[in-house]
Amino acid sequence: MTTRSYAAARRTLSFGDKLLDVNWGLVLLITIIASAGFAMLYSVAGGSFHPWALPQMVRFIIGLILLIAIAMVDIRVWMSLAYPLYGAALLLLLATTIMGKVGGLGAQRWLELGPLQIQPSELMKISLVLALSRYLHGQPVEDISKPLKLLIPLAMIGVPAVLVLMQPNLGTAMILCADGASLLFLAGLSWWWILPTVGAGVAAVPIAWRFMHDYQRQRVLTFLNPSSDALGAGWNISQAEIAVGSGGLAGKGYMQGTQSRLNFLPEKETDFIWTVLGEEFGFVGCIAMLLLFAVVIAYGIRIAMASRSQFGRLLATGITLNFFFYIMINASMVMGLIPVVGIPMPLISYGGTAMLTVMVGFGLLMSVHVHRQVEIPRHSSGLM
Amino acid sequence: MAIFDRKDKSRYATFTRRTLLMTGGVNVVFAVLAGRLYQLQILHGDEFMTRAEENRVSQRLVAPLRGRILDRFGVELASNRRNYRVLIVKEQAAEGVDAAIETIGKLIYLSDHQREKVKRDIANNKPFAPVPVAENLSWDEFARINLHLPYLPGIQPDVGETRAYPYGPELSHILGYVASVSPEDMKGDDDPLLDIPGFRIGKRGIEKEFEADIRGKAGASRVEVNAYGRVIRELGHDAGTPGSDVFLTIDQQVQQFAAQRLGNESAACAVLDVSNGDVISLVSSPGYDPNAFNVGISQAEWNALTTDDHKPLINKVITGEYPPGSTFKPVLATACMDNGLADLQVNCSGSMTLGNNVFHCWSWKKGGHGHVDLKRGIAVSCDIFFYEAAKRLGIDKIHDTAIAMGLGGKTGIELPGERPGLIPSREWKLKRFGVPWQQGETLNTGIGQGYVTATPIQLATLAARIASGNAVSPRITRYIGHNDQPRPQINRLPFSDSALAAVQQGMNMVANVPGGTAYAWRITQPGFEMAGKTGTAQVRRITREDRATGHVGNANQPWKLREHALFIAYAPVQLPRYALGIIMEHGATPDHPHVQMARDILLFAQQRDPVKLPNAYPVNAADRGTNKVRG
Repeated sequence: MTTRSYAAARRTLSFGDKLLDVNWGLVLLITIIASAGFAMLYSVAGGSFHPWALPQMVRFIIGLILLIAIAMVDIRVWMSLAYPLYGAALLLLLATTIMGKVGGLGAQRWLELGPLQIQPSELMKISLVLALSRYLHGQPVEDISKPLKLLIPLAMIGVPAVLVLMQPNLGTAMILCADGASLLFLAGLSWWWILPTVGAGVAAVPIAWRFMHDYQRQRVLTFLNPSSDALGAGWNISQAEIAVGSGGLAGKGYMQGTQSRLNFLPEKETDFIWTVLGEEFGFVGCIAMLLLFAVVIAYGIRIAMASRSQFGRLLATGITLNFFFYIMINASMVMGLIPVVGIPMPLISYGGTAMLTVMVGFGLLMSVHVHRQVEIPRHSSGLM
Repeated sequence: MAIFDRKDKSRYATFTRRTLLMTGGVNVVFAVLAGRLYQLQILHGDEFMTRAEENRVSQRLVAPLRGRILDRFGVELASNRRNYRVLIVKEQAAEGVDAAIETIGKLIYLSDHQREKVKRDIANNKPFAPVPVAENLSWDEFARINLHLPYLPGIQPDVGETRAYPYGPELSHILGYVASVSPEDMKGDDDPLLDIPGFRIGKRGIEKEFEADIRGKAGASRVEVNAYGRVIRELGHDAGTPGSDVFLTIDQQVQQFAAQRLGNESAACAVLDVSNGDVISLVSSPGYDPNAFNVGISQAEWNALTTDDHKPLINKVITGEYPPGSTFKPVLATACMDNGLADLQVNCSGSMTLGNNVFHCWSWKKGGHGHVDLKRGIAVSCDIFFYEAAKRLGIDKIHDTAIAMGLGGKTGIELPGERPGLIPSREWKLKRFGVPWQQGETLNTGIGQGYVTATPIQLATLAARIASGNAVSPRITRYIGHNDQPRPQINRLPFSDSALAAVQQGMNMVANVPGGTAYAWRITQPGFEMAGKTGTAQVRRITREDRATGHVGNANQPWKLREHALFIAYAPVQLPRYALGIIMEHGATPDHPHVQMARDILLFAQQRDPVKLPNAYPVNAADRGTNKVRG
């Protein structure tokens, strides 16, 4: 009876209780990481809040407010909004892709809505995690691996991934697929599906090669042999490696990075911000930052494990893994482990959409945390 | 607990298991990232540090300041002045070199010649090397470029140093000039300075002869550059070692006067200090403007210089080999005095015969000079006397005397391209033509014709040696930097004092005794008188037919065929100070313009001597302690 009353009480948690229940440790951690980002942006601007550090701070504060606001909303509301949000994101993505094709522009990632510039592919990352979590919440383990039942989540992943790939935005498509695959895996997809798929994926590499854009192939080729084109496409990778490597153990010191200050680094304030960290704070600084990221991920996993609903667990893990994939792809890319794909470093790289997407994600994660005691029946569709 | 079913429990277990598995994967990825960091920053950190430094730091050669060239009083004859210029860097010119040049052309005047040169230089240089587009800009032009700089990617304004020759053509043959490095200059000279675009090296004259001293040693500038090669700041600067200043023996005032006096005649003149051979003035006219070569000479200007029949590019003083004519006679006179012919006397009837040939005196029309001894022979320049003297002396003694007088070999003046002239000998004739020496050739040699040639600097040396009795040789440099230039030891000439005295008296009579060939153009100011010897050199042989038709006068000949006019002189007659040799090509006219030039130059040079200046104000007892004598 005690648990039942406890659960019932949770259903009607007051706003103040919820606010107290927010995982303020995680919020602090996020703020520390973002602040390190502000410091980096201040540095690459040559010791100035303009043009990057100040707007980034403003966006972070907006993001923080958004995070708390989303955390306050009942997880069942998010569950009931999962499909509509996914549908909206898909429509926007479709619109972007079509407008891109019709407009005759090669690459179209932005959608102009009045004064707003939104990137539907970013919206899709969150929506996909939400929608898949909701779908998988309703499936018992033994149903997930049934071929017909599997078609639905695969389509939910595949359609937006293909649309994003057509933009073309290989990096985001990869993250969408990784997010989706992770959720299917966590929900208990049979190893009989997983292992053959991985095998087929390896076999499909040559086929994928044929469908790649020239610039994508060029990136791969350059990645495999950066020195072949040391002044052209290999330049980015070489200079990024030089920047990180030259940091050594303790770095050159704050605002002393020559590679960034002298413009040897491309896109130093966005995708390549990690190299500035590596150059100015060295091995010690980079490991410290990786540890901070790891703690955030650990927080996320713990939140997932503590959730009493499958939706909550999948959502929290999906958001956390989405965050992790950003880090993995960005760090690997700038350190020459994988080809260059346009993925920013979360919380640190300059950029409004990425910052807001990450903060919205953390907001959902926090909502899972705040509403961890909420139980949702398997056949429930949220509040409805 | 209806809402919790068994199935949910089983999938929670699955979720937990798989999450742990996934977390393991996440850890592996973090381990790989940390490993990569370790590899880049710890294992290869030093290597990447070096590469980052190589990225950042660029070494640039700094051209040292070129040494100046100064006259004996420290007047700058060649100096460095600020050169406002515009450079272009190909790889930084975002809209291409042609567009950049076009844009510059709207701001300052660029000739087609300049445009072509820039494109050529860019093609010949590395894409990051700055190439000069325009130099020697006025401040206005330079300011205009700087104002528009934000719209001129790849354009660098620059303040350099450039060579300036403030006195222009009058010193051109002494100083030479500097010009761009040619591929030939690169051979055998691996000085990295030569690779600097726009670097200039000495091509002629002192600039070439003392290039190694004047150039200096390259400096280096360590600069921090950004990814586009733009210089952010200088990390270290080594200005290099400036070139040494070269102090000449030249007196710029005398040089200027002499150059003006020679005007545009095709002429050459050298003035020496008889005591030590210092070259006071050395003029070959016409000259050229050495500044033009520095800036870059156009094809039309070059053609004008090379096709001019007055040969402005040739330094006639040291490279012009002329028959010395009668200026050679003092050599014979000296030989006579020391070889038992001191009392030689000849009766000149205007001609003499040797074998089948008739040798004429220049005075043949007037019926000869009559009774002539050695001093009068010099004074009236009697050919018959010196034919006879030559016949009696023989070529060997003439040769040895001439050599001792500084003829027939390079004087060793520190200028490139000196010619040796020629004093013929039996050995030379046999070697050159394979036939033995003829006595008729001895007679021709006796009056400075035939095979004999001498350069104007040698003639000036001859005059200086007769005047001083010392074997002085011309020297044009006094110091290189702080070092004295080594001078050859000055020995007494191997002639008796009486021989030299007799020749000096003869040369005095030329100018200062009525009947002397230069008497009409003597220096009349007391204490400044000159002694000398006139001469004319045949450019073409005077034929029997010419004599018969009276077709001898120079006025009747085309310029190219007229005789050269020569004169050697020294002054003052008492205690000689300056010696002079002058030649005016095809200039033999009855009014002896070259003697007039020599007279004026020697007078001017002497008047420069401070002790000869009259006091400007009467010196009285009252200001004698405070007021030093002027000068």
